[in-house]
Amino acid sequence: MKNALSDKQKRRNDVILLLVLVILAAALFCGLELSKEEGAYVLVVIDGETCAQYPLSEDREVRIDAKNGSYNVLTIRGGEASVSAAGCPDLVCARHRAVKAAGETIVCLPNKLVIRIVGAGEGVDFAV
Amino acid sequence: MNTRTKKVALGGMLVAAAMMMSYLESLLPISLGIPGIKPGLANMVVIFAMVRLGVRPAAAISLVRVVLMSILFGSVSAAMYSLAGAVLSLAVMALLHKTGWFSTLGVSICGAVSHNAGQIVVAALMLETKEIVYYFPALAISGVVTGVLIGVLAALLLRYVPGKW
Repeated sequence: MKNALSDKQKRRNDVILLLVLVILAAALFCGLELSKEEGAYVLVVIDGETCAQYPLSEDREVRIDAKNGSYNVLTIRGGEASVSAAGCPDLVCARHRAVKAAGETIVCLPNKLVIRIVGAGEGVDFAV
Repeated sequence: MNTRTKKVALGGMLVAAAMMMSYLESLLPISLGIPGIKPGLANMVVIFAMVRLGVRPAAAISLVRVVLMSILFGSVSAAMYSLAGAVLSLAVMALLHKTGWFSTLGVSICGAVSHNAGQIVVAALMLETKEIVYYFPALAISGVVTGVLIGVLAALLLRYVPGKW
């Protein structure tokens, strides 16, 4: 028993699907952009433990040594944080775009490193 | 040659094709700066298999491809993302294909988006980042773009590759 939808109808459905996805994405994008909170600090979390905290406002370069012998280089510049170099095998962290809004993260799974941006209200324990 | 042997050989060939696509993709220096968003060229083969051979062979080909690629080229983390993406993508594509409401293009688009979604959700769970939501718009848009591209290619394959398979 052949399904009754013709090619034309299928094509029409495709277009509707496409439009719905694009509109959803656009709406989500706008919503997120509007609710984004400005980042204030960069948290360095190694294997679940917060090891360091740096203000986003101060440019700096920090070499973070991982427990497995590898490393990541955190670069804070122009109010953004990024991983400028790393010794991990996949380099997903290094290719990640710079982060600056509260909640954004850059993760290096092999080195168990999470670079997390937090807002002004959430700055934790120590000053560096 | 009996049909069973034929099927095995065919499956193997398509797995190889899918792996080639995957490998090719890894050579391309394209990156949006967001982990897990890829062109998904291997999906072309999966869709082809799904239409010509059926959902089960397509699923087998897709999963074998992921496993082999991660053994040969990938890290454990990459393997998990890939697997999640492939499984979700397969489920979505099989479902849509069965309903017959969409053409290959629609199926491909949803496959691409769900592949990205699967990868990102796993990434979020593994990295305990709740703010993964930030990635969704990019994932949807890039899924649509790559989905269209792969869908067109898959449609071409389906039209021009001769044979009863």
